[in-house]
Amino acid sequence: MTEATESIKQPRATPVGWYEFATRHRASIAAAVILIFPLVMPFTALAVNILIYGLYALGFNLVFGYLGLLSFGHAALFGTGAYFCGIAIVHLGWPWYAAIAAGVLGGLLMALVIGVLAIRTRGIYFAMVTMALSQCVYYLFYQAVDWTGGENGLRGINVRTIDLFGLRIDFINPMVRYYVIAAFVIAAFFVMSRILASPFGAVIEAVRENEMRARASGYDVTLTRLLTFVLSGGFCGLAGALQALHLSIVPIEIMHYETSGLVVMIALLGGMGTFFGPMIGAAVFLVLENLVSVWTVHWQLIVGAIFIACVLFFPAGIWGTLIARRRR
Amino acid sequence: MAGLSLDLIALQLFAGLALGAIYVLFAIGLSLIFGMLTVVNFAHGAFYMVGAYVGLYLISLGGNFWLCLVAVPLVIGLFGLAVERLLIRPLYGRGIDYPLLLTFGLSYVMVECVRIAFGKTGYPFDTPEILQGAVNIGVGYFPLYRLFVIGATAAVLLALWLFLERTSFGLIIRAGARDPQIVRVLGVDISRVWLIVFGIGTAIAGFAGLLAAPLQGVIPEMGGTILAEAFVVTVVGGMGSIGGAVLAGLLVGVVISMTSLFAPEMAKVSIFALMAIVLIVRPQGFFGRAGLLS
Repeated sequence: MTEATESIKQPRATPVGWYEFATRHRASIAAAVILIFPLVMPFTALAVNILIYGLYALGFNLVFGYLGLLSFGHAALFGTGAYFCGIAIVHLGWPWYAAIAAGVLGGLLMALVIGVLAIRTRGIYFAMVTMALSQCVYYLFYQAVDWTGGENGLRGINVRTIDLFGLRIDFINPMVRYYVIAAFVIAAFFVMSRILASPFGAVIEAVRENEMRARASGYDVTLTRLLTFVLSGGFCGLAGALQALHLSIVPIEIMHYETSGLVVMIALLGGMGTFFGPMIGAAVFLVLENLVSVWTVHWQLIVGAIFIACVLFFPAGIWGTLIARRRR
Repeated sequence: MAGLSLDLIALQLFAGLALGAIYVLFAIGLSLIFGMLTVVNFAHGAFYMVGAYVGLYLISLGGNFWLCLVAVPLVIGLFGLAVERLLIRPLYGRGIDYPLLLTFGLSYVMVECVRIAFGKTGYPFDTPEILQGAVNIGVGYFPLYRLFVIGATAAVLLALWLFLERTSFGLIIRAGARDPQIVRVLGVDISRVWLIVFGIGTAIAGFAGLLAAPLQGVIPEMGGTILAEAFVVTVVGGMGSIGGAVLAGLLVGVVISMTSLFAPEMAKVSIFALMAIVLIVRPQGFFGRAGLLS
């Protein structure tokens, strides 16, 4: 690869301390944490939610953190994944693994459609166009009542058992459910780590850091952006498909722009452009939501306040701040 | 299409203009703020919603609609000034995404505060008595209030135009939108200009919310939907262009009302199709300057 690629990778090459260790074995560490997590976390349903939203934020972070484009339309990708998975099971009678594949495909396709239009605009426009397009997708799914159930949501995604090489696994058992979903999330973490470590991953960051220079070095910036957005759609589609299996229903709210805002919040809280940030953000956010919901129904007020506080005082997020401290 | 007469289409066209007038008011505030501050105000919908609720509150205290037309923009504008001074100003020079994220968080806070104060359910908003009923506009009877909305929007646009083109402060604003550096070099306190522009933009949003209230009632979520639609308007018209916002706002209103006449199920989606076409044919919008945002 070119010099630009190497200069970006350089700081990671000298191994000293926990940070370098964490960076080098990032996917394995993520996998280990995910495997241990339900043993320390008493509420398995919440743990499953953290996994799914963590994966959703991981996909979002590829665009927001690594590519440097703020998308306010990721709910459309997440939601399409969920709906495609649900439709495959409810209407087409596909087995669970094919339905998950359909969800991933849905995320990829939707990202391609939104991406082709939104990538034509730059900078701040991108947030507005993605938000507007996802609102359009929301209406489309809302009106396709025969397929999506419209306002009532898509019901009847009942996957009770999962057949794996002749093995019948009980998907109702919360712990089993956690580990089935964890298997997909861990796989996604390894794929993400691979993408970021690849030459293409370096190009993504080069485009974020200096678009002109990347262009001058001979990279197709527009194509890089589109590909990254589509890849992000794949991760979010997978997260959506797992969400559909987990909830047994796809509510129309999954497409709402608040679902887009949620993932922005999670990525910002955890630390944008960091590998562990999205998962940490999802864990902190969802645990906090559960705690706060006990004593007030006005959770949104807290969300907004955290959002403002993060932007004003804490823009690097939790993991980003830890890294910055270590570097000082 | 046998039942459709030319008069009906003409009436629907006027209904579209009335709807478009609200979009115009909403989008010029958004465009004004972006053109000057390069801040995309994601809380613009929330200011719009609070404007409607302040109007509701004033009327419940015994005020009348005409008082609200003056008081609401004042209250919302002052609130906007405070928001710019306390929350947005610390973020200048820190990247274009941060003010956007902050205002998005702010919109959550504002919506939830309104839910706490007024409850989650919506309220109807009575059309002022003098503006009830319909008048004959040549092609048929048209609700008087909608005519008033079009007139009020035209009045605001005229006032804004006079302010920007005929006053020395307007000159500074126009210069600041073109090149803030030079304006600063010439000895103008540009941060004060930004403060006032944000105040004006939010005041117009509050005014738009009040005007829209009798048409659709008030609910805490009313700002979220119009925000996405206003983004369509700004993309079609060209970001930062006031003329573009006016033209595109009216166009979006007419497109919505025409599709709801011919293909009601496509009414919500039609404007996004319009945006997609504009993005493909002319990504910078009708009046947008190419390369402004690169």
